[in-house]
Amino acid sequence: MRYIVVLILCLWPVVSGAQDWEDRQVFNGVAATQSLRILSSTDTSFFAPIITGFLRDNPTWSVEYFVTGTADITGIFSNAPDKFDIIISSAMDLQLKLVNDGFALAQPDIQHPEWAQWRQRLFAFTSEPATIVVNRAAFENKSIPRTRQELIQVLRSDPDLFRGKLGTYDVRQSGVGYLFATQDARASETYWRLMEVMGGLGARLYCCSGEMIDDVASGRLLVAYNVLGSYAATRQKTDDRFEIILPSDFPTTMMRTGFVSKDTPHPIAAGDFMRHMIEMQTTIAPTKSYPLPPLDPKHDGASPSVIALEPALMTYLDTLKRRTFIKEWMDAVLQ
Amino acid sequence: MTDTVNISGSLRNRLTLTLIGGAAVLAILLFVVVRGYAAQIAQQGQDSILAASVTSILDAAILRDGAIEVDFPYASLSMLSTRADDRVFYAIYQDGTLLSGYDTLPVPTAQSGSVTVHRSTALGGAPIRMATAARTLVGVDTRTVVSVSVAQTQDALAVTLNGISRNVALFGGGFFLLTVILSFWATSKTIRPLRRLTTSITRRGPEDLSPVTSPVPAEMTSLVSSLNHLMARLDTSLKQSEDFIAEAAHRVRTPLATVRSHAEATLQRVDQAENRKALRAMIRAIDESSRAASQLLDHAMITFRADQLEREDVDLVNLMRELVLRLTPVAQMKDIALQITGDDCVVVAGDTILLQNAIRNLIDNALKYSPVESEISIHVTALPAPRIEVRDQGPGFPPDEINDLASRFSRGHNSKGIIGSGLGLTIAQDVAEAHNGTLILSNLPGGGACATLLF
Repeated sequence: MRYIVVLILCLWPVVSGAQDWEDRQVFNGVAATQSLRILSSTDTSFFAPIITGFLRDNPTWSVEYFVTGTADITGIFSNAPDKFDIIISSAMDLQLKLVNDGFALAQPDIQHPEWAQWRQRLFAFTSEPATIVVNRAAFENKSIPRTRQELIQVLRSDPDLFRGKLGTYDVRQSGVGYLFATQDARASETYWRLMEVMGGLGARLYCCSGEMIDDVASGRLLVAYNVLGSYAATRQKTDDRFEIILPSDFPTTMMRTGFVSKDTPHPIAAGDFMRHMIEMQTTIAPTKSYPLPPLDPKHDGASPSVIALEPALMTYLDTLKRRTFIKEWMDAVLQ
Repeated sequence: MTDTVNISGSLRNRLTLTLIGGAAVLAILLFVVVRGYAAQIAQQGQDSILAASVTSILDAAILRDGAIEVDFPYASLSMLSTRADDRVFYAIYQDGTLLSGYDTLPVPTAQSGSVTVHRSTALGGAPIRMATAARTLVGVDTRTVVSVSVAQTQDALAVTLNGISRNVALFGGGFFLLTVILSFWATSKTIRPLRRLTTSITRRGPEDLSPVTSPVPAEMTSLVSSLNHLMARLDTSLKQSEDFIAEAAHRVRTPLATVRSHAEATLQRVDQAENRKALRAMIRAIDESSRAASQLLDHAMITFRADQLEREDVDLVNLMRELVLRLTPVAQMKDIALQITGDDCVVVAGDTILLQNAIRNLIDNALKYSPVESEISIHVTALPAPRIEVRDQGPGFPPDEINDLASRFSRGHNSKGIIGSGLGLTIAQDVAEAHNGTLILSNLPGGGACATLLF
C-alpha cells in the first residue's frame, strides 16, 4: 500500500501536477476497476453525456477527463502518448498533424463516412460553425449584420460605439482560433479587411469561446467574431442577452475530431469509447438537453464551408507559413 | 502374336501438357509484365503529383530582407489527398539546413536545378516516395539554395496495385483456362487422323492386306508408307506360302494315287493275313494323306477365290440337290439317309464353287461322324436370311472345343479313327466370311451336331 502511495506521489507531478488543467474530472462507473484517460479541448459539461453514456454500458470503467487548450494538446500529448487513451480537439489541423505523425491507432471496425474520417484513425463527430455573437441590446436600433461585409459596414458606421468592445480569438494562443482564421483567410480577402477594421477599433483577444460569450452577454463586448456556435447556442438557452449570427457569405464549419493514442494501454476500451461517441453523435437524434451538436450528414464532404480533413490542413502549421501568417495577422489586429 | 504393346507416355497427354504448360508460362509472364507496367504507370502518377507539389512550394520561396519566406499555397499539400488518406511529409531546407517541416525526412542531395529527383525510402517503417527539387535564390548580396522535399506514403498506390493485380490475375487466369480448353480441342483435332487410321486398320477383315489409300497428314506419310510396305510384304509372303502349299499338295497327290493303285493291286495278290492288314493300313494312310492334300488344295483355291470373289445368283436348294445326289452312294454305304427340307428356292449372290465346297465339307463331316442307319437332315430357308442347317445324329461337337473347331488343322478329341485333315470347317468358315456370312456350330438338344451357314 505504501508503495502505491509513493508511486502516486512520484507520478502525480508527471501526469497532472506539472500541468495546469482548465478542468480535470473523474467519472466513475458503477464497478470501476480500470480507467480511461481522455485529453480534450472540449468543456467538461459538453462532453459529460458521452462519458456517462459510455459508463452506463461499461460499468467496470472510469473515465478521467482532462481539459486544456487546443494549442497545448499537441505538446502535452506528444511528450507522453502512453499517458492518454483518447485525444479530442476542435483544432482539426493539429489533430490531423498528430495522426500524420503516426500518433494514432487505427480503428478498422469503425464505419464512418469517408469525408468525416482520415486514415481510419481520426474521426469527426460534430459539425460546428464559427459564428458572430453580438450583444442584443447594442443592436436594438441597428440592423443585425448577416455577412462579414455588413459587419465591416456596421463597425465603420459607428466606430466610437465599438471601440474597445470587439473580441476575437488570439490566434497565437488558440489552436481552433488559428484554424478559423487561416480558413477564413483562405476563403476571402474580406477576412483581412475585417481584421484591419477590428484592429483599428482596438479589438480584444481571447483564448476561448466561453469567455467571449461571457463578455458579449455582460456587455463588455458588443461583437465577438469566430465564436464556436455550439457553445453560444448552449449558453443562449439560459441567457438571451446576445444573438448568434451565422455569416451567410462563407460560413466556416469545423468538425470536432478524436483519435485513439497509438500507445494507449487500453486499445479495446478506447476503441469502444470512440465507437460509442460516434454512434451517439451520428445516430441518436439530438435533444435539447444534449449540448454537443451532431455530425451533420448533409455536409457529406462536398460543402466548401466544412473544413476538409486532408493533409493540406498542415499547410498553415508550417513554421514559415505560420510565422508569415501571424506577422500579417498582428499587423492587421495589433495596430 | 501378342496383344500387349509397350506403352511409353501418351502423345495426347504430352501435347496437352506442353500446350497447358506453355499457356501457364505465358499467363504468369503476362501477369508479371502487365503488373510491372501498371506499377510503373501508377508510380509515375504519384511521382508527377509529388513533383507538382514540390514545384508549387519551391515557387513560393522568396528572399525578403535576406530572410527566406515560403508562403506556399494550400493546394501544395491538398493535391496530395488520396482515397487511402496517405500520410504526407515535407521539408524545406536552406543550404542543406532544415527551415521547416519534418526533420525525420532524409536530407536531400539535390542541387539547384529544375530536375526533380524521386526516391523510394522508408520513414518509421512505412515505405514512402519522396520528390526533391532545389532552386537558387539570388538576393542583393547573397546567393542561397532552397531545396524542398515532399514525401508520401504508398497506401493508395498499394490499393491501386492490388486492384490491378487482381484484375490482371483474373485476366491471366481466364486466358489460361481458355488456352487449356483450346489445347484439349487442338490435341484431339491433331490426334484424330491417327485415330482414324487406327480405326480403319482395326476394322479390316483378317485377309485384307491392301495398302491404306485414304489421305493422311504429311507427318504420318512415312508411318503409313512403312505400314503399306509391311502389309505388301506380308501379303506377298502369305501368297507365296499358299502357293507353296498348293503346289506341294498337288505334287504329293499324284504320286499318292499311283502308290494307292499299286497297293490295291498288291492287296489282291497277297494272301497272308498280316500282309493284307499291313497293306490295308497303308491304303488307309494313303487315303488320309491324299484327302489332306486335296483339302489343302481346296483351301488354297478358296483363299484365292475369296480374294477375288465373283458373285452370281446361286440357288442353294438346287446346289444342295446336286450335292446330295453325288454323296448318296457314300451315304448308302453306311445306311444313312440324306433329307433336304425347307424352301423350294433360296437364292444368294455368291461363288458356286466356293459354296459347293463349303456345303460338301459340312455334309462330309456329318457323314463321317453319323452312326450307321441314321439320318442327316439339310434344312434350307430363305427368310429372314438365307440359311443352311446340316443336322446329324452323331455324338455332336465336344462342347469345350466348339469355339476352336473352325481353326485350321483343329480336330475334336472325339475324331480318333475318322479320316480328316482339320480343314473342313475352316473351309466352310472361310467361304461364309467371304460371303459376309457366318458359320455357327451348335449341338442339338436331343443329341447330334448342327452346323449352320448364315448369309
